[in-house]
Amino acid sequence: MSFLTLTHLSKCYGSQRVVDDLTLSVAKGEFVSLLGPSGCGKTTTLQMIAGFTEVSSGQITLDGRDITHTAPNTRGLGIVFQSYALFPHMTVSENIAFGLEMRRMPRAERHERVKATIALVHLEAHADSYPRQLSGGQRQRVALARALVIEPPVLLLDEPLSNLDAKLREEMQFELRHIQRKVGTTTLMVTHDQTEAMSISDRVVVMQAGRVTQIDAPFTLYEQPQTRFISDFVGKANVLTGHVAASGVHVNISPGDLSLAVDSIGLTPGAPALLSLRPERIWFTAQAQGLLDGQVIARFFLGSQWLYRLETVAGELMVLCPNSDAPALEEGSLTGLSWSSAALRVLP
Amino acid sequence: MFKNSPLALAFNALVIVFMLAPLVIVCLVAFTPENTLTLPTTHLSLRWFKAVFAHSDLVQSFWNSLWLALASATLATLIAVPAGLAITRYTFAGRETLNALFLSPLIIPHLVLGVALLRMFSLIGATGSFVWLALAHVVIVTPYVLRLVVAAAAGFDQSCEQAALSLGASNFTVFRRVTLPMILPGVTGGWLLAFINSFDEVTMSIFVTAPSTVTLPVRMYMYATESIDPLMAAASALMVAFTAAVMLVLDRLYGLDKILVGGK
Amino acid sequence: MSAPALLLFACMLLVPLGLTTVLSFHVFDHATGVKDGYTTAHYLAVVTDEYYHGIFWRTFWISGLTTLLCLAIGAPEAYILSRMSNPWRSICLLVVLAPLLVSVVVRAFGWSMLLGPQGVINHALQAIGLGPVRILYTETAVIIALVHVMLPFMVIPIWTSLQKLDPWVENAALSLNASPFTALRRIVLPQVVPGLLSGSLLVFGLSASAFAIPGLLGGRRLKMVATVVYDEYLHELNWPLGGAIALVLLLANLIVMLSYNRLFERRYKNAMG
Repeated sequence: MSFLTLTHLSKCYGSQRVVDDLTLSVAKGEFVSLLGPSGCGKTTTLQMIAGFTEVSSGQITLDGRDITHTAPNTRGLGIVFQSYALFPHMTVSENIAFGLEMRRMPRAERHERVKATIALVHLEAHADSYPRQLSGGQRQRVALARALVIEPPVLLLDEPLSNLDAKLREEMQFELRHIQRKVGTTTLMVTHDQTEAMSISDRVVVMQAGRVTQIDAPFTLYEQPQTRFISDFVGKANVLTGHVAASGVHVNISPGDLSLAVDSIGLTPGAPALLSLRPERIWFTAQAQGLLDGQVIARFFLGSQWLYRLETVAGELMVLCPNSDAPALEEGSLTGLSWSSAALRVLP
Repeated sequence: MFKNSPLALAFNALVIVFMLAPLVIVCLVAFTPENTLTLPTTHLSLRWFKAVFAHSDLVQSFWNSLWLALASATLATLIAVPAGLAITRYTFAGRETLNALFLSPLIIPHLVLGVALLRMFSLIGATGSFVWLALAHVVIVTPYVLRLVVAAAAGFDQSCEQAALSLGASNFTVFRRVTLPMILPGVTGGWLLAFINSFDEVTMSIFVTAPSTVTLPVRMYMYATESIDPLMAAASALMVAFTAAVMLVLDRLYGLDKILVGGK
Repeated sequence: MSAPALLLFACMLLVPLGLTTVLSFHVFDHATGVKDGYTTAHYLAVVTDEYYHGIFWRTFWISGLTTLLCLAIGAPEAYILSRMSNPWRSICLLVVLAPLLVSVVVRAFGWSMLLGPQGVINHALQAIGLGPVRILYTETAVIIALVHVMLPFMVIPIWTSLQKLDPWVENAALSLNASPFTALRRIVLPQVVPGLLSGSLLVFGLSASAFAIPGLLGGRRLKMVATVVYDEYLHELNWPLGGAIALVLLLANLIVMLSYNRLFERRYKNAMG
């Protein structure tokens, strides 16, 4: 049963379609991410759900109610803005209490709720501080608390972690997921960071130029990308081109003139094919003992992994190896490459 | 950044002296015990200050100026705040023209304004009216408030207003609890700047004031053209002190250099 | 939202200006005052009469000289201030700009005391043996006081221009072997020109319409446009003539400003973005 439904949602500015025919159903308690590069329309979609941008056409339904054209101050949604938008002249407690004040909650009850929410985000020590006295991570938690204290039906997050440094971002990703699971609020998050989207969402909606290209759980999205763009955007991918062989279970790639086995069924012999191969699914073998040979032209140490770029007959390929006990390959060395046929995905 | 050469620093010192000279001299001469405009050489005397407070015309014109400045600064702020917000937030036809119109009193010579208003006042019988004089001052000081309101509104994070809306606040509540507190330093700074400019104004006022509404600077001007004695100096020194007090308040609230130069 | 302001301004600004324009075309008779009937006699008088030529000429050359002096003093001062470090920088900036908030009457009066025959300057000159110099009631006095009042108006736009400057651009020039003076002349100066021009415009316009300073320091014989208008209005009661002179001044101001816009703003906007 869908809790938040977007039906054929569109937004046009003149002749430009910023959001084009977006349809999405979010179940109660689900954590969904809108993922895409800048300008793909994800923030505009969020703004329409929040009520700050007029909908050009389509419908937004919340728990059975049509909220497409209701005023933003009557929708009752919890929003965390990218800049946090904390009221600079109010303390942390006053910021969080604001939504409850607007709902005319009696003072005592308000105080209790605010206290509980401050505890939820671990900011008890800063209840009477002003936003300017807090760090980025602390401000983010205040913004989250302010949105959650009103117990909204839906929580909207606009790039909530983009202003934090890498280490903090990782911690906050975990916090965010933990809190969401605990409180159970239906959540919609906008982000351009695919690691973020994949690590904490139940489902990911990939958007490109205003349109939805794929909606899937993170694992499915990663393993079965529907387009070349998605396979490249979500994680790294080696892309090979060729034609389906007569056998129907091989693809002749060019350049390279190799015949590679694939696991897909129902391929039309002779049809052009686009193959995606994840760098971490390739392993090294002795020369001439793999599916093809390559020469290391560059390598990058990423801490937990090594990223190799190899020149092969099929073009340049990337390989990701965990930083294990096996010695790393030097630049210029020759090696064989191999992978399982299941790792070679045919893009539709 | 390089340090300034000694020559540069000397030049700077000369400029500082130049800028302060007339003010310093006025304050010094105000304390003279003599009957003529001389520097106090023997001792300091407060006799001319006492004379100022005893001079009923001067005292009356001081009150005129004070009420006038309070009224015009407040009125100017009341119309400049919504206008300033409208200009920065919304795009509408004629926005540039409107902005230019509201800022135009800065470039129209006060002389011309005085002359024009005098004509209009005499036609509608408004000479001698405090209200009309206040309105005239409002026109002159509004640009100062408007500039500061626009600067405050332009640097404003509108997502705070959106946040307040999303939490259920009505438009008016958003203005009252979020927008206004956030632009308040700019608004207050503008009010004070408007106040001091109205208080100081002489060129336009000399045309549109009537005997009953004469302001302090006008009174002092007329006095200075007729007779020169330390009474003027004492009155001037008091004005300098008054201005300094306002400047102090402005600086505490907003930062004087930000107001004068327009924000760093 | 801007309706109240618009209403007020329309009423207090546009209408009076319109009325004055009409008035300036009225007939005036010394004996009976303003009469019905229109004439361009006043405008003709302003344009053709020697007396008015002299007034306008004096006003413009005084304003021009004031502007140049403000440039010569204000630009280096702004530059020196920009290279100071706090707290001196704030203090000096404040001292240079704060006099703006003191009434021009007080400042003019202060100068009359400094420059008068018994004034401080003369006392100092006498102390070193030079005879008393007549400064007060000459153009010199007016110019000195005008420079004092107008200097902040010149410093502010130049200062603003300098603030927008990336200080590292100047350092980049020095790293490429330019002398400090060359760096100043070829790197800093071109970027500050818009500030110099808008400051000059402001100072010129304000000086030309200055009233209190020529009134107090020029004496009865040294008239500038503003004091002439005052005479016509309050002493001669020849309002149409006074109105005509005032409007000619306004027109001259607008022309100067528009030509500035036309010539310089466009050129510099394209270069600086």
